[in-house]
Amino acid sequence: MEKTMKLEIFRYRPDQEDQPRFQTYEVPFREDWVVLDAINYIKDEIDGTLSYRWSCRMGVCGSCGMMVNGIPKLTCATFLKDYYPDKIRVEPLTGFPVQRDLVIVMDDFIHKLREIKPWIIRREGEEKPIEGGEYLQTPAELEQYKQYSMCINCMLCYAACPVYALDNTFVGPAAIALAQRYNMDSRDQGRDQRQEIIASHEGIWECTFVGECSVVCPKAVDPAGAIQRSKVSSTIDWYKEVLIPWGGKKR
Amino acid sequence: MGGKEEMKPYRRPVPNTWWLMRRSYFLFIVRELASVFVAAYSVFLLLVIYKLGQGPEAYEGMIELLRSPALIVFHLVVLAFAVYHSITWFNLTPKILVLFVGEVRVPPLLIAGAHYFAWLVLSALVAWVILRA
Amino acid sequence: MSKSNEPIWWSLFAAGGVVSAFFVPILIIIIGIVLPFGLVGDEPFVYERIHGAVSHPVTKLLLFFLIVLTFFIWAHRFRYTLVHMGLHKARSVISVFCYGSAIVGTILTAIILWQI
Repeated sequence: MEKTMKLEIFRYRPDQEDQPRFQTYEVPFREDWVVLDAINYIKDEIDGTLSYRWSCRMGVCGSCGMMVNGIPKLTCATFLKDYYPDKIRVEPLTGFPVQRDLVIVMDDFIHKLREIKPWIIRREGEEKPIEGGEYLQTPAELEQYKQYSMCINCMLCYAACPVYALDNTFVGPAAIALAQRYNMDSRDQGRDQRQEIIASHEGIWECTFVGECSVVCPKAVDPAGAIQRSKVSSTIDWYKEVLIPWGGKKR
Repeated sequence: MGGKEEMKPYRRPVPNTWWLMRRSYFLFIVRELASVFVAAYSVFLLLVIYKLGQGPEAYEGMIELLRSPALIVFHLVVLAFAVYHSITWFNLTPKILVLFVGEVRVPPLLIAGAHYFAWLVLSALVAWVILRA
Repeated sequence: MSKSNEPIWWSLFAAGGVVSAFFVPILIIIIGIVLPFGLVGDEPFVYERIHGAVSHPVTKLLLFFLIVLTFFIWAHRFRYTLVHMGLHKARSVISVFCYGSAIVGTILTAIILWQI
């Protein structure tokens, strides 16, 4: 007899019902299957109405993030065998509104991402013309921010963050880590612009360093570390501005 | 069809007991509330200093009190939380203190280790200063 | 979004976190275990010696920083814990209560240490 496994899946169909519910499906158990394979099997063979996001199946696109037994995971990298023979409960990422089934509304995250200006900013008049060539950078300068540039925007860190779930005004882990990624880039000069958001109440100061964002990150970005380092540099800025009259006019 | 007007996203409520739902969240709250015990100990320390200022008799009374089982239990409980504070603090320090030697990042374990070593040395120093008589 | 003055509280908290992580456990061990169990005898704890040491200005200053900074770790962490445990609506009141208590504690500490 073929081995099977049960998946308990969060269903929410706003066109049919007001409240979500859980629906259990039985799928074949295969050693090499990940949770996403099992969900694809349900969609193809059992229930075509199930909605969810996925794309690359190799931990790069960041679209298949879901709560697996209460922990945010990329379902393409979460093996069934690590749970077998127990039941697996799959839910949409916490902290976000649910559009339908396992699909979350990510508008808030995308908005925050854009707000912190995740691109290289040059000061007025200091932009090189195209013929001027690239902005050069040493390997040591690259190392300063490289870790933070690995983010794939999968939002697992947001789903792990109780502060974001409690208060959606918090800018949140990935956006702050990405701000830090550009702030620490030797080619960038846009820190002051990003600080308007980062150093506000809704920015770094809402974070209490629970640290779970870094634990669940599939790319070892360490957003928690980025936020705390940003607190240190923002604190230094603040004291400079208060204690040294000309300190506020730096750079 | 499918316009924004028709979407009615479902918002999941966060219970106030969220910190009981996951071990890591619970340990986080323990870490945060350890500060209650650390600060409470400072209040106690102030009381000891106050008694010390009142003269030898008040001070001797305080010493007697320190020998009571209740206060020994109090100290053991506070010590547990204070040590938990120290351990969590030193373990998180490498996340904030990121040092590079050229292109190579100093291993976080080395930074935490240095803090533990400093903790040991400073504790020994304090013990020596106070107890050397 | 306005620029926050949070750095004042955060820096006091961070300084307190470091100082207490290094020094609080050993003080508890000495006062609460070594002393009552007489592990090194009673001589180090005789009134004249302790009074002389504690009333020295340098000791007073060190004790002042240690004690006061622990109040600020408490204030900062307790404030956020209360808010995140469901008292979101009372955030401003909680901030005033927590940092206010720490400031009162600071004044009390200064008075007690001054008088010794």
